[in-house]
Amino acid sequence: MIYLSLFYEFAKIGLFAMGGGLATLPFLYNLSERIPAWFSSEQVTDMIAISESTPGPIAINMATYAGFTVAGIPGALFATLGVTAPSILIATLIARILTQFKENRLVTAAFDGIRPAAMGLIAAAGWAVFQVTLLQLPLYTQTGRLADLVYIPALLLAAALFTLSVVFKKLHPAVWLALAALVGIVFRMGGA
Amino acid sequence: MRKGVALFLSCARVGALTFGGGYAMLPFLHKELVSRHGWLKEEDLVDYFALSQCLPGPIAINTATLCGNKVMGVGGGLIASAGIIFPALCIIIVIAALLGHYQDIPAVKNAFVGIRAGVMVLILKALIQLSRSSLKNAVSILICVASFALTVFTNASPVLFVVGAAVVGMALSLRKKARE
Repeated sequence: MIYLSLFYEFAKIGLFAMGGGLATLPFLYNLSERIPAWFSSEQVTDMIAISESTPGPIAINMATYAGFTVAGIPGALFATLGVTAPSILIATLIARILTQFKENRLVTAAFDGIRPAAMGLIAAAGWAVFQVTLLQLPLYTQTGRLADLVYIPALLLAAALFTLSVVFKKLHPAVWLALAALVGIVFRMGGA
Repeated sequence: MRKGVALFLSCARVGALTFGGGYAMLPFLHKELVSRHGWLKEEDLVDYFALSQCLPGPIAINTATLCGNKVMGVGGGLIASAGIIFPALCIIIVIAALLGHYQDIPAVKNAFVGIRAGVMVLILKALIQLSRSSLKNAVSILICVASFALTVFTNASPVLFVVGAAVVGMALSLRKKARE
């Protein structure tokens, strides 16, 4: 049964991929080698591009796309259920334990330490987006001009969005993403 | 029943608006679960987010399950996860069925350069917000800088920092108790 094997293979990915969406990649490449009839490694590369440029969790996008490629809409459902099932089970258990130990002094202390660490991780994610969006290191090393180090239009857009979002606090954050997308299209910021 | 529907819709909005994976969903989760409905405290959200890094599977699903559990028990965890998944599932199926080369469309490429600048701003704003509840003393600032630097400059797993930071937090609390 192809649906059951899809569920099984993606449940394994969900159980063993630590650290979110892109951690599923090595498993998908491995799958394309073990079961070539499902999809090729080139198709996995396409899946990354599409998963990163559509909304939603990357791991879910990858599983849905891969499942659809293998067996249409039911395939997409079974692969997505598979990749999420272990997470939902484990996180539910942890949530139970957490409620029981919430008042425990050591648990509270542990979270006092964890919170700033989580901030560091989020800042690192922001840094990664900053590098992709604003920094132009290859161009800068070529020309040596300081003005080439940063992609000025994106910097201006970011500064404008930041100012606007501070002034209009009540608006939904999606407004700023929509505006950013529009500016990107109108000014052909991707050069396409 | 009504609360379940509201939770599903809130999480579906988060799923539909998050571009670029787990980290980018934080500002939206904050907007929906903390500001709009007041179901979670800001500290809860950060705790779940950190914990989600240490669990296997998609970070978004781990976070949604933990948040949903807090809001309305085991069923809430399921509803929240379903909400996060639903828009992605629909969008990807449409793209896979109709537009194989969606990412090559010029407007899509241009839009994404703009969207990334927007995502960067949202993450920055989330950080400013979080710093109020997370950075309480010199040690917490040190932990934050260390976990940032180690993530950027090494390939070490975030699980290490989160577990390490938990140990530091517990050790400090034990020492404080010993002093008292």
